[in-house]
Amino acid sequence: MAEKKEQFEPKIIGFLCNWCTASAADLAGTTRAQYPPNMHPIRVMCSGTVDPMYVLKALLSGADSVMIGGCHPGDCHYVSGNYKARRKIAMLKQIFKSLGLDENRIWLRWISASEGPEFARFIRQITEETRKQGPSPMASDWTV
Amino acid sequence: MKRKIGVYICHCGSNIAGYLDVKKTTAYAATLPYVVVARDYQFMCSDPGQDMIKNDIKELGLNGVLVCSCSPTLHLRTFREACAEAGLNPHLCEMATIRELCSWVHSHERENATEKAMALIAAGVRRVLYRNPLETKWAPVTPNTLIVGAGIAGIQTALEIAGAGNKVYLVEKEPSIGGRMAQLGKTFPSLDSTSDMLIPQMEAVQANKNIELLTNSEITEVSGYIGNFKVTIKKKPRSVDEAKCNGCGECWAKCPVEVPSEFDRGMSKRKAIYIPFAKAIPKIPVIDRKTCKFFLDGSCHVCADVCPTKAIDFKQAEETVKAEIGACIVSTGYDTFDPTPITQLGYGKLENVVTSPEFERMLSPDGPTGGNIVLKNGTAPKAVAIAHCVGSRDQNYFQYCSRVCCMYSLKYSRLLKKLLGHDTNVYQMYIDMRCFGKGHEEFYKSASDEGVNFIRGKIGQVTNIPQSDEEKGKLIVVCEDTLLGTMIRVPVDMVVLSVAMKPRTDMEEVARTFLLGRSADGFFLERHPKLDPVGTMLDGVFAVGCCQGPKDISDTVAQATGAAARALALISKGKVEMEAATASVDEEVCAGCGYCEAICQYSAVEVDPKRKVAVVNEAVCKGCGACAATCPSKAMQLKNFGQKQLIDVIDEATKEYAGLAR
Repeated sequence: MAEKKEQFEPKIIGFLCNWCTASAADLAGTTRAQYPPNMHPIRVMCSGTVDPMYVLKALLSGADSVMIGGCHPGDCHYVSGNYKARRKIAMLKQIFKSLGLDENRIWLRWISASEGPEFARFIRQITEETRKQGPSPMASDWTV
Repeated sequence: MKRKIGVYICHCGSNIAGYLDVKKTTAYAATLPYVVVARDYQFMCSDPGQDMIKNDIKELGLNGVLVCSCSPTLHLRTFREACAEAGLNPHLCEMATIRELCSWVHSHERENATEKAMALIAAGVRRVLYRNPLETKWAPVTPNTLIVGAGIAGIQTALEIAGAGNKVYLVEKEPSIGGRMAQLGKTFPSLDSTSDMLIPQMEAVQANKNIELLTNSEITEVSGYIGNFKVTIKKKPRSVDEAKCNGCGECWAKCPVEVPSEFDRGMSKRKAIYIPFAKAIPKIPVIDRKTCKFFLDGSCHVCADVCPTKAIDFKQAEETVKAEIGACIVSTGYDTFDPTPITQLGYGKLENVVTSPEFERMLSPDGPTGGNIVLKNGTAPKAVAIAHCVGSRDQNYFQYCSRVCCMYSLKYSRLLKKLLGHDTNVYQMYIDMRCFGKGHEEFYKSASDEGVNFIRGKIGQVTNIPQSDEEKGKLIVVCEDTLLGTMIRVPVDMVVLSVAMKPRTDMEEVARTFLLGRSADGFFLERHPKLDPVGTMLDGVFAVGCCQGPKDISDTVAQATGAAARALALISKGKVEMEAATASVDEEVCAGCGYCEAICQYSAVEVDPKRKVAVVNEAVCKGCGACAATCPSKAMQLKNFGQKQLIDVIDEATKEYAGLAR
């Protein structure tokens, strides 16, 4: 572990759909777009396979925010996986609200395979926003 | 099984090594649990790099490989093949992308990039840890092809595939094949007669023993997957026995009922028993049960009386045909835009304002006017205005360009000059001239040389209210000439509206039957706009011709031939690789609630009613994982993307790594 930095560096977990957002991330790399290294990408087959439990798990384990990147409506490789993701995340955000948790730490975005620059822009945005929000209180030690 | 994982870190020349500390990363990887060897190399994808992996598999007995380099889309196949050659199940090989997702995007922060790479590798090792050997499965391919829609696209595809000796089911909704092309008079840019090209092709379809032609039929159900579809085709009753009918024409000559002809766009009459056009194939009439007097009140059966072969069968019922097919080609074509809502153009209110499909019929020698261009009063027009982009490139209707209108409008100009004499005034009101095809610009030049008047501007109004003596009894086209910057009034005898091509009205039903996606313009969505313009999101289903987007005859035929090649490639390979990472059920845990069955897009999961557990049809499962995310008891898991793996990966990813430590 290196010495602690003064500025708060948020930790972000990104679930990237294999067919669109992960490809956009590849494209961002190919075009050498620069973005902060705070997001740890996890490739999944479809945004619809992201169980809300995984989002919760990431937040409880220490992530300050979580992004889910899927295909634009109508473009899902599996026809309707992104709609399923949208419902699941909408529901999760609702539960967060009623529990008094910060639903703004969950970001669902449609980023197509061609949107490399948009992917980089979004990673800059989510990093900045999370930095403003500060460390997630959910990420503290969980001992009962 | 004790896991022995090898980690291989690629320098990629300086693409990775230039931006992060590969040595430090490798040393870190060697300390990770289950990792027995960690190596770095200049280019892992090179032969020496692959040999390094193969040797370690053999000598160290590795049962898991993590290659840390570029995106898996680039080289996962390469490394999996290398593993397979060394005797390791390819599914035990995984990649961590430290180039596209790390070195290239954090190229000015070496320390952070190194930390992130380390985290990606640690998470990657966790991914390998939970991977299991999977079997690559193959399914046989039924060598039959279904083609839906027998316009020029369907005809061309059918001839190519049947020509190679394979069975084709060619299904057409209308009583005759030929589609929209049969309604056209002449083609651009050669001004050849359409029927001279199309009729021989139609006859070839009828003569080909490999083509089973099903006209007056529709697809009602499609199930199965690539190589093994099952389709149900509904054959609507013709009320004529196809085996007995010889197409003599006695019946439609004597039939007393007359209704507007759909084929001639209502410009002529057809009988209640009819063939759509003289050269229809098959040349077997159909009874329109909505207008036939026998079906309305039983008052007439003259066709049955005059038929020499006793082919009329009023009791004929709907027939269902079932077919097993390997590939499916959708070529359902397009509709044309009805310009009635654009009231300022006067279509439907003013005489002699016609649409391009109507004008096309007028130009056809077998059409309602015998190929003569005439006004409603029977005389030839002295001046004709042609309006481009009616419905196309219009925010209110269709944003896209219909691609063919500029060219057929030019064709009209030249045919008008040719048929009615050079003193005929032809005006083209256009936004832009788009003459992009082979020989198209030259065709434009010829029209220009022939004295066609090109006015750059959209028509604001077509009216019959004159403002001067010159305009009396004429249609007056009011439009802005944007090149002169003035409003002009052009008196003409006839206005032709070049209407947009639009998705067919039954597009949604077809999309639902075949599980096809549609793009924003409403046409069928291709798999990839550049690299796979004929494929669709459903493997083994191809969309060709104007159902995929507006195009001219040459482009349609080119695309149709491409789709035929794809279907033939599938047939000649004889087998298809199935998705190996499918969903699987832990039957001990499954309660048979059926959530997975309800959410599956492909109907790949069913709850066994007796055992009350979900059963995955692995041949149909695409491995999207929607069921796994929905399963309340987590009995349903995606193979090699299981819950334990993801939880572990999340744990690893959220561990504090130094550069980003709080």
